[in-house]
Amino acid sequence: MARAVSTRRMAIATIAAWIVALIIFFPILYTVITSLKSEPEAIQGFNLIPSFTLESYVTVQTQRDYFKPFMNSVVLSVGSTLLALIVAVPAAWSMAFSPTRRTKDILMWMLSTKMMPAVAVLVPIYLIFRDTGLLDTRLGLTIMLTLINLPIVVWMLYTYFREIPGEILEAARMDGASLWGEIVYVLTPMAVPGIASTMLLNIILAWNEAFWTIRLTTTNAAPLTAFIASFSSPQGLFWAKLSAASTLAIAPILIMGWFSQKQLVRGLTFGAVK
Amino acid sequence: MGKIILKKVNKSFGATQVIPGIDLTIEDGEFVVFVGPSGCGKSTLLRLIAGLEDTTSGTIEIDGKDVTAAAPAKRGLAMVFQSYALYPHMTVKNNIAFPLKMAKVSPEIIEKKVTEAARVLNLTNYLERRPGQLSGGQRQRVAIGRAIVREPSAFLFDEPLSNLDAALRGTMRLEISELHQQLKTTMIYVTHDQVEAMTMADKIVVLNAGNIEQVGSPLDLYNKPDNLFVAGFIGSPRMNFVKGRTAEPYKAPTVGIRPEHIRLSTEAGAWKGVVGVAEHLGSDTFLHVNVEDVGMLTVRASGDFAVTHGDIVYLTPDENRIHRFDDKGTAIR
Repeated sequence: MARAVSTRRMAIATIAAWIVALIIFFPILYTVITSLKSEPEAIQGFNLIPSFTLESYVTVQTQRDYFKPFMNSVVLSVGSTLLALIVAVPAAWSMAFSPTRRTKDILMWMLSTKMMPAVAVLVPIYLIFRDTGLLDTRLGLTIMLTLINLPIVVWMLYTYFREIPGEILEAARMDGASLWGEIVYVLTPMAVPGIASTMLLNIILAWNEAFWTIRLTTTNAAPLTAFIASFSSPQGLFWAKLSAASTLAIAPILIMGWFSQKQLVRGLTFGAVK
Repeated sequence: MGKIILKKVNKSFGATQVIPGIDLTIEDGEFVVFVGPSGCGKSTLLRLIAGLEDTTSGTIEIDGKDVTAAAPAKRGLAMVFQSYALYPHMTVKNNIAFPLKMAKVSPEIIEKKVTEAARVLNLTNYLERRPGQLSGGQRQRVAIGRAIVREPSAFLFDEPLSNLDAALRGTMRLEISELHQQLKTTMIYVTHDQVEAMTMADKIVVLNAGNIEQVGSPLDLYNKPDNLFVAGFIGSPRMNFVKGRTAEPYKAPTVGIRPEHIRLSTEAGAWKGVVGVAEHLGSDTFLHVNVEDVGMLTVRASGDFAVTHGDIVYLTPDENRIHRFDDKGTAIR
């Protein structure tokens, strides 16, 4: 649809878009700015020009070790993503290519578990984790993150797999491929863009998950979310250090998101734009 | 090597019975065409033979072996799909090699067979391309190549030419017929196009709502249709049917006569009518004539029979080519 848009209208629209983007980005921007201030400066009030000191970062790293929670975040995000994929790929396959009358119901039911507030099951889950010795373990938390994100992973893969013509899988069947052969040689290569988008999205979701990662960990398995939370202590407000810790926590995911933004957008809008 | 026998094969999807119960024998080396209108169950029947659908009841035998419960790969068949179903992420070479790879054939033999298939199908220069970089006809040939390397006991074609333009369809029709002459393997071909059926088949199976209406050679079906359905389906343009008073002299409730078996005259004849639309194809002209007490009849005239819309013409059916049908629609012989 070619419609002539005047330069003036485009300029206004661009400025408006930048303003909206700035408003959305502002909290993160201010966090980074605050992290470059000294502590007294940070409590003083709203100030957009920092003194560009790195003392907060140094304190954060020396007082609390950044590296360990960082590694935990990485292990939990990547681990739960891979585990979720192992379960979700066959599940989405069966829903996309041999659906039954109940398939839609099952999908809806899976998504509905995301509608439940997590705090409603905090006590039972905590008790189960405690009794099975999974509290504050990377394994326990990986399993938890896998399970809570599984509905979304299955749903996204399902929509991608549905785009693949069933005839191609039938051709593979006629050519002698076993069920596993179909998935490995034909389905997965064709669905790679979809699987990649799903993986990226799940890594981000797992990285940012701040309820279970804080509640079910203390020291060993605590990821960066717990790291940030540890800076809002009752001893006082350490804005600068908190901002430094936050910046360190979100920096990896921001960088990853920046480089993969095309795939992310495609992944998120794929189901919507049909 | 490729004899297929279906005994009382029945297929229902839930409460809907698509194929009520079919008995059919396909001899080794035959080119059999399943033909019929959309929704008649021809593709379903093909898929049952392929093993992509399970039968509700009945048996399927290939070369004397009961394969009713066997997986598609174990039936020794190869299928060419309407949409070609090529693997878009593999090169032409890997597409053709895929079945052999699944059968764990050694790489040297794979190389040899793929090269040979590519040569037969004129694909040698395209082996490193992806399906997305090929034309429709080339993709069709890759699909056929993928089927050939399996050296199956029978080939199954599911409306393979439907996605091609008319000129290409004509060429590919000849190529497939030529292939059949070369390989002498059983071929089962599904189409809704009765021209394809007539030109390619050794044996045609006419299907209607899951039932076999008639099985026979193309000329058998053309000259001796068993019922109204087959008479009206085979032959292009469609056979004319005449009922009522005009049919009485021929001693049958319904009488059929093909457009090419009616003589035209501007002076005299058995039936009088007014010319409606005239379709000029160059070699032939098809006139749609509104005949008194009968309705619209289609008549074939030679290209230079000069009449226009509104002219009076006289039609005389050839007595020897009249088909008689009783009130149930079955042919009276």
